[in-house]
Amino acid sequence: MVRLTINDQPVEVEEGTTVLEACTAAAIEVPTLCSVPFLEPHGACRMCTVNVSYNGTFSLTTACTVQAAEGMRVVTDDDDVRAARKVVLELLLARAPDAEVLHDLAREYGVEKSRFAVEPPEEEAESEAGPKKCILCGLCYRVCEQRVQAYAIGLVQRGADAEIAPPFGRPSDNCLACGACASVCPTGAITAVDRLGREIVHDELTLASNSAIRIPIKQAVPNVPYVDKTECIHFTQAEKGLDACRVCEDICPKEAIDLDAEEEEIELEVGTLIVATGFQTFDPRRIAEMGYGYLPNVVSSLEFEVMMRADGLTEGEALMEDGGKPGSIAILHCIGSRDKNYNRYCSRVCCMYSLKFAHLLKEKTDAEVFQFYIDMRTFGKGYEEFYDRLLDEGVFFVRGRGAEVTNVAERPEEEGKLIVCCEDTLIGAYRRVPVDMVVLATGLEPRADAQEVRRTFGIGCGAEGFFQEKHAKLAPVSTTTDGVFLAGACQGPKDIPDAVAQGSAAASQALALMDKGLVEIEPITAVIDEDVCCGCKICIGLCPYTAISFDEEKGASVVNDVLCKGCGTCVAACTTGAANQRHFKNEQLLAEIEGVLS
Amino acid sequence: MPDKFKFAFMPSASCGGCEIAIVDIDEVILKVAELADIVYWPTALDFKDHHLEALPDGSITVGFFNGAVRNDHDVHHAKLLRQKSAFVVAFGACAQMGGIPSLGNFWTTEELAHRMYDTVPSVNNPEGTRPQLKYDAPEGELTLPRAMDRAYALDQVIDVDYYLPGCPPQVKWIVAAVEAVASGELPPKGTVIAGTKAVCDECPRERSEEKQVTEFKRIHLVENDPEKCLLEQGIMCCGPATRDGCEAACVTAGQACRGCFGPTDNVNDMGAKLASAIASITVADAQEEADRILGHLDDPAGYFYRFGLAKSMLGVQRGEFKPEAE
Repeated sequence: MVRLTINDQPVEVEEGTTVLEACTAAAIEVPTLCSVPFLEPHGACRMCTVNVSYNGTFSLTTACTVQAAEGMRVVTDDDDVRAARKVVLELLLARAPDAEVLHDLAREYGVEKSRFAVEPPEEEAESEAGPKKCILCGLCYRVCEQRVQAYAIGLVQRGADAEIAPPFGRPSDNCLACGACASVCPTGAITAVDRLGREIVHDELTLASNSAIRIPIKQAVPNVPYVDKTECIHFTQAEKGLDACRVCEDICPKEAIDLDAEEEEIELEVGTLIVATGFQTFDPRRIAEMGYGYLPNVVSSLEFEVMMRADGLTEGEALMEDGGKPGSIAILHCIGSRDKNYNRYCSRVCCMYSLKFAHLLKEKTDAEVFQFYIDMRTFGKGYEEFYDRLLDEGVFFVRGRGAEVTNVAERPEEEGKLIVCCEDTLIGAYRRVPVDMVVLATGLEPRADAQEVRRTFGIGCGAEGFFQEKHAKLAPVSTTTDGVFLAGACQGPKDIPDAVAQGSAAASQALALMDKGLVEIEPITAVIDEDVCCGCKICIGLCPYTAISFDEEKGASVVNDVLCKGCGTCVAACTTGAANQRHFKNEQLLAEIEGVLS
Repeated sequence: MPDKFKFAFMPSASCGGCEIAIVDIDEVILKVAELADIVYWPTALDFKDHHLEALPDGSITVGFFNGAVRNDHDVHHAKLLRQKSAFVVAFGACAQMGGIPSLGNFWTTEELAHRMYDTVPSVNNPEGTRPQLKYDAPEGELTLPRAMDRAYALDQVIDVDYYLPGCPPQVKWIVAAVEAVASGELPPKGTVIAGTKAVCDECPRERSEEKQVTEFKRIHLVENDPEKCLLEQGIMCCGPATRDGCEAACVTAGQACRGCFGPTDNVNDMGAKLASAIASITVADAQEEADRILGHLDDPAGYFYRFGLAKSMLGVQRGEFKPEAE
């Protein structure tokens, strides 16, 4: 440890700490523009100039580049220091007269006008590309070099001509468009924008859904951020063999981030299980005539939901691809649901979320909203009342499934619009409705890996691929395997209230079982005679309870008595007669038949 | 060894393949001859019934009977062999389970005769001539054996001590049987002299735990993967239901198992077991789909009961055999 005094206040810091860091640790404010904790000190802006006395000498020097030493005396705010900073500010202002942060500091240090400012000739000022904000602090190219390791920009030229630019002034192939330079720039001289001129760096949206390190949703459990490897600079650069960035690791005060962590399998011994693997949304690309994926402004319901989020990119506004506000929006129901070609079942949630969308749009915009529906299924508590309210809000309800979305105009008023074609079954006519934006109310589907999960847990699947409950009415959260329960949309499409209710039910059933501490198993189970079993493995794939496994050592299949429900499938399929059902052996059955027939 | 053993080989409703199998033991036949006198073998030498009838009862150590029991002469042979032998071995799939001849049990004897003498494409018989049981020829009366209602396995006619399965039986098991007799270490009565598991146990092909068949193909129409289970490739293989001991000979040679070794000890109807297993591994969402897939099995009775119809539950439904009534 090193002891020094700052403004006569004794401070103790670790060896290797800079004076600037020591000041920050002691809560003594020192202005700085070019220092961030995750980059090497550079001493470029000189705003952190302080008076340092050490070993009998004293000098004005930048706090960020001097290491704290035993017995050092630092003064951060006396007349000498202020005078020095004033000069620094005047020099910075001469270069970057448009940087607001400099003006704030100038007011604080009493700089009214830079003595060094050079007024450019009138015509030149107008022809310049933009406002002059760059103070050449070097944060941008330092982060690009030291952290991103892209080397896309650098300091070029010398003296008054010095500027930050990519090599030879051309856009660099190395640039990832990560926005790191823009996010560290203290004066706003660098901006990162998309092709429509929209900012892509949103400091205010830290950990939002579009950050590389993000909290997936506000209600996430556990509510902690995760790193999206496809967006993260570290993982993007790792593909090129670089070990880049790691800023998050360095600045996390709890050292909670470890980018080198790998997926690991954790084995837990548990007595009960609740399967709540959820659903996946129908991919509207599968219905080509809906235009999703190739027509602009055709969005899926989930994308629209993200758009309507107050903390989303559009800040809760429905925006078209060109940034304009849509004047009319069509919401098409039953995309991938109630459709013989895709899924026959009703997804149950789409009617209500479509009504919610319409309500939000009516609340926030003046847009016309069309709902194309087969029939409205507003079955839940308060749902019909909400539907009634929407009828009064001026939403157009068209009873007819949207058949096609096209941008081929047949009439002048359709030019430049998306046209929704449908048969309006209430008026019995074919209709073409031109709109600016189309929202596809995509249905719910079983997850792609449902069969794998089903086999893992030894539970059944219905014809649609959702997990099968033990009994539709009497055991809606149980499965055919004791101790395994179902909750949520993995059992079938359901809305949030239903999913919560089912989750609670599953939890209480699991608790009841845990409280009892034991499960009752079937006395009538199958048993496989290992001396007879030939290892054909026919039974293993057939067992609906995954109770049979193959013992390589014995070369025979083995029944797990706890999992076996005695359904007899394996017994029927066993060709060698190795599998037998206790109490229902062949001889017993034949004897019974003989008895009945005699 | 006080006396040489006495062996008899009795052919019946068979193709002759079993007799060939006896010769197929090559030089071991010399050891057999050293060990035993062959007192009756009409296929090899000119033996007549009266030669056998002349032997004292029980004087033959082992009587090997091959072929199914199809007519009353076969019954006579079977009973005669039983009377003269200490041990009777059902030799080959036909004697053991009825074999190929018993596939005819799906029809009555009259239907079979109609087929054979009237409707087979190569037959020209406008007068409907049928073989007669008796015919008075100038040289004297000629007789033919009378076909019974169906083909029987040997043990449905007489008491059988051991079974040598196979179509034809394999040399190694024939040798094993002879050696057992020579050493006097006889297995319990009723033993099938072969393996106790099923062909899959010896089969070198890789089997997965997910057998899901969506199409059955006939083996000559596909190039089968020699590393992979035939059933998984949609080829109707009887291996899982067939007793092992053949070292998976057919399957190793790229041919599907036909089931000639018969079922294992635990199974009383091999065809029913196979049908049940095939239905279990067929993956279909709807009845029509299942019908389509199973429709590829062009001859289910032939696949499932190729060798065992006489001994199956189907095969005995026409009533118990009553030799006295014949």
